[in-house]
Amino acid sequence: MQMLRPESVEEAVAALAQGGWRPLAGGTDVYPSLGQAPVPPLLDLTGIAAMRGISIGTDTIRIGALATWSDVVAAPLPPAFDALKTAAQQVGGVQVQNAGTVAGNICNASPAADGVPPLLALDASVELAGPAARRVLPPGAFITGVRQTALHADEIVTAILVPSPDPSARSAFLKLGSRTHLVISIAMAAAVVQRDPEGRIAKARLALGACSPIAQRLPEAETALIGRLPGAEVGDALASAPLDGIAPIDDVRASAQYRLEVARVLLARAVSAAVEGG
Amino acid sequence: MTAPEDAAPRPGTLRQRDPDVAFRLDGRAVRARSGPASRLLDVLRGELGARDVKNGCNAGDCGACTVLLDGKPVCACLTALGQVAGREVETPSGLVAADPAAGRLAAAFDRHQAAQCGICTPGMMAAATALLREGPVAGAEAAEAALGGVLCRCTGYRKIIAAILEAGGGPSIEGRAASPEAKGQVGAAIARLDGQAKIAGREVFGDDGAPANALALKILRSPHHHARFRFGDLKAFAAGHAGIDRVLTAADLPGENRHGVIPGFEDQPIFAEGCARFRGEAVAAILGERDILSDLSPDALTIEWEPLPHALTPSEAESMEALHDNRSGNVMCRGRVVRGDAAAGLQAAEHRVVARAETGFVEHAYLEPEAGWAQRVGDRVEIHCCTQAPQMNREAVARLLGLPLEAVRIVPTATGGGFGSKLDLSVQGYLALAAWVSGRPVRHAFSRQESMQSSTKRHPASLRTEAGCDAVGRLTGLTLDGVFNTGAYASWGPTVANRVPVHGSGPYYVPSYASHTRAVHTHCAPSGAFRGFGVPQAAIATEAAMDGLAEALGQDRLAFRRLNAIRAGQSNACGQVFETGVGMVDCLDALASRWQAGLAEAAAANAAAVTSGSPMRRGIGVATGWYGCGNTALPNPSTIRAGLTRDGRIVLHQGAADIGQGANTVIAQIFATALGLPVGDIALVGPDTDVTPDAGKTSASRQTFVTGNAARAAGLSLRRAILRGANVPDDAALSLEEGRVVLRAEGRPAATLDPTKLPAENDAYAIEVRETYDPPTSALDADGQGAPYAVWGYAAQIAELEVDIELGTVRPLRFTAAHDVGRTINPLLAEGQVEGGIAQGLGMALMEEFIPGRTENLHDYLIPTFGDMPPVETHFIESGDPEGPFGAKGLGEHCLIPTAPAILSAIRHATGAVIERVPATPDRVRAAIRALC
Repeated sequence: MQMLRPESVEEAVAALAQGGWRPLAGGTDVYPSLGQAPVPPLLDLTGIAAMRGISIGTDTIRIGALATWSDVVAAPLPPAFDALKTAAQQVGGVQVQNAGTVAGNICNASPAADGVPPLLALDASVELAGPAARRVLPPGAFITGVRQTALHADEIVTAILVPSPDPSARSAFLKLGSRTHLVISIAMAAAVVQRDPEGRIAKARLALGACSPIAQRLPEAETALIGRLPGAEVGDALASAPLDGIAPIDDVRASAQYRLEVARVLLARAVSAAVEGG
Repeated sequence: MTAPEDAAPRPGTLRQRDPDVAFRLDGRAVRARSGPASRLLDVLRGELGARDVKNGCNAGDCGACTVLLDGKPVCACLTALGQVAGREVETPSGLVAADPAAGRLAAAFDRHQAAQCGICTPGMMAAATALLREGPVAGAEAAEAALGGVLCRCTGYRKIIAAILEAGGGPSIEGRAASPEAKGQVGAAIARLDGQAKIAGREVFGDDGAPANALALKILRSPHHHARFRFGDLKAFAAGHAGIDRVLTAADLPGENRHGVIPGFEDQPIFAEGCARFRGEAVAAILGERDILSDLSPDALTIEWEPLPHALTPSEAESMEALHDNRSGNVMCRGRVVRGDAAAGLQAAEHRVVARAETGFVEHAYLEPEAGWAQRVGDRVEIHCCTQAPQMNREAVARLLGLPLEAVRIVPTATGGGFGSKLDLSVQGYLALAAWVSGRPVRHAFSRQESMQSSTKRHPASLRTEAGCDAVGRLTGLTLDGVFNTGAYASWGPTVANRVPVHGSGPYYVPSYASHTRAVHTHCAPSGAFRGFGVPQAAIATEAAMDGLAEALGQDRLAFRRLNAIRAGQSNACGQVFETGVGMVDCLDALASRWQAGLAEAAAANAAAVTSGSPMRRGIGVATGWYGCGNTALPNPSTIRAGLTRDGRIVLHQGAADIGQGANTVIAQIFATALGLPVGDIALVGPDTDVTPDAGKTSASRQTFVTGNAARAAGLSLRRAILRGANVPDDAALSLEEGRVVLRAEGRPAATLDPTKLPAENDAYAIEVRETYDPPTSALDADGQGAPYAVWGYAAQIAELEVDIELGTVRPLRFTAAHDVGRTINPLLAEGQVEGGIAQGLGMALMEEFIPGRTENLHDYLIPTFGDMPPVETHFIESGDPEGPFGAKGLGEHCLIPTAPAILSAIRHATGAVIERVPATPDRVRAAIRALC
């Protein structure tokens, strides 16, 4: 039962370059994925102080790769992060929220990852460190498929970077499942919106999760909202807007047809909730 | 992945962790050597002996292993040992011992009976302690959010919430709580006698008692639904691996490789022979040292599999090759009850409706996976395990090992939930065989996946009820036809096929009735006993037909049921007539005021929703249920042994397995009341087959009734013997004082009975009694006519809920339950049964469906969580059963039978949509609503 516990990003990356180590942070995906198999050698990243915490800069809000869901909930973040905070409170139970990290959630790259739609709606990019240098992947580029990411075998995620949102931006996240707690989403929607002085939608970023192999931003639907008043106008626009990239499947949780239908309902409600929340 | 042995880190840049990890455990410094990547759960339970930290899923899905890490709740199964280095870990038992908040919680848990089986309780206590440390608990929602990560399968959560709010110093909620009444006579709401041990984490469950030197097992199972298989050289495999003792297969069994629970249907091997008939069926078991097995790759031992065509549904199976000889068309058995001419009854009806119900596999999902340990003691084998049926386990093991019954001892541990599935053999056969052949103690606990793959399930059913009534609404005829998926082996399938036709009319007077059922084998895990034995499935179809008739008549649904409710003096479908103890009408009457209020509230809410454009619709539904207590038309005696020791103590050998329902308390209350002593004076001896006679299995809602009757008789018998010994009148009051029994009767000086002066009956007792009770039933004839049960219980429930008509989601808001329990032995424990039963009925109605190969864990298979269970108001009807002890009937199964149909009735009321398939998941509800447009 071997484990390495590096104290710096460089040490961690050096270990990965040697091969054979599986990165570990909160453990909330790593251990369950093992089933009854023996525990592989683990590279415990939680000793790397530089990857902890959430720092709020002028231009960028930096969510360290070791920031847990509970850290997100506790952080004094602007209202555009309310969607992410809501998602954080619905990932597993408190036990999982105290250990699991937002970065780990994107690395696990489940189509139903709760953190991904809010991060897409925040235009978040992902900072990686490898043996050569750090690189930053633009929004939407990190997850490449079901359980697949752009992470190289010798890289780790060091932070999630969110451009500081407009203070007027409001957000909401809705998760649909068959029970209240500890539920894997049937579908989920995140919305970050800004309104003009008349109350019309001036800017909108929408994302849907669990309705496609990778959670999707919805640029056409976002455009369709511009200039609309929240309520019936938004509902009408979303009822017919193209949902690019949305390709749900039938699984044990729900049918594809159902997901397609409720996706629009969730989006409309997320926009309403975002507006009302502000 | 290769272990990076050679990939030596550059000195100074990487530090290989010290293999010893030092941290603080409940305030004391400890060092653990299990290796830093080990799960903290394994280290705590193994090396550090903290077995109050429970392993429910090993995947973060259930919260049973919650500990506090630097004060914050985490799952020990998701935490690496190395990550707690230098930090503080607090366990549930440590918290209860040292933290005042946990102490307050422990008292409140006991007062509210927030623990039933107790397996989830340590995790609940840890998570709740963290919440209380933050300050006063704001309300139920705060408690639900903080505890939402811990699953409970017994309580329905409401009593846990009540306990947390009481201990939390904020607002509390009203409800029944334990009275401090010391005597604990029949009718007293006392705390369960074994509750403190559960709350403090001291209780010993199946996986908690194994000796440290025990060998372990790794059971190899079929990855296919149906496949032939061949092993390689098993001896060479064992010889080639240090720490592996041997590989066990069917060939190693000294006795017969088959077991079962119904005479004539013992068709299940513990190891498949050459061909596996369901995914998860065991084919072999590797016996070895525990740490070696846990490091063994799952595919270390090669098995050649040849997948064969499989059938997962009865319709597929009926045209396939038979799984078992002599069961053509894969039909295992049929059930039939016919009374009068149902076709004519339907023909004569003014209104006729057809209702259908399709149900899936439901998993018991007790939070304690099957577990135990065994050892060979000379020519005997001793098995310590969680179980609902120690005597049946004993018979099965004796057959597997080819031993006389006397050579097998079953010592039940505490059982972390059962609900029917722990009636069947699980770990017992493997443990007994391994201990027998190796001579070493052997332990095994099923992983959650093993448990879900291989344990029995609720039968999927396909049901059709047709019912007719006359112009005023009186039922004229009813038919119920059903096909049940009974899986690969018989288990309790014959019971289901028989019970359903007997109960299929529901608790109504139906002048003509016909019901035909069949149970069909498929390549699925065996379907078996699950709280209600098929009756909950049948109730869905029959109650939907009642709603349909009420609608056709334009009658109120509750009034229609009341009109037809079976009454004293009326014959049931089997021709049984009871003159007293039929409380069906009383149950419905107890619901009447809530029914009217709920209808009005729903109407007002829906009118407002239509006006405001809200998609939320309120609905209220009602359903009834009935259930015969005990085996169907078969003997099922219970025997109770008790005695007065020579040092003046009263000992009760309580053989009814307590799986959380409270038999240890309820049977003791009955015995104590009959004897005339406070329950606190009674010392309990558990259902160890060496010292406690057979009290039968814990199933069929029979323990309070059947074992209760034996306990009452034993109490009376012991009382008579004591009175006789002291020569005092029958109404003398007994007390135990300084090793003697003091007897006081009015107008006479106190008499004293000194047990040391009595001629000893045996080594153990100065006076020993043994009483047996077997319910009077009679066999059913070819038409199912006869006396299947001596006692029937009746129930009705109201479900109120809210449906989001755009999303199809359903949120239960409140349940109101009325149960004719004959006489309430312990109202607090009875209420716990009702709330827990409703939670399971809710799960069956809205979210639970086991799909072989796809939902073999507790995140794809969903059971209700804290936020899913609304408040429950329970009314008990005491109809006074002439056969039950002090008038009492059984309750365990009755309480979930009306729940799913009441929920479906409420969805129909809210939306107009008739749901014919459960679970009514959001997509199915939405599809049914869409179909209306």
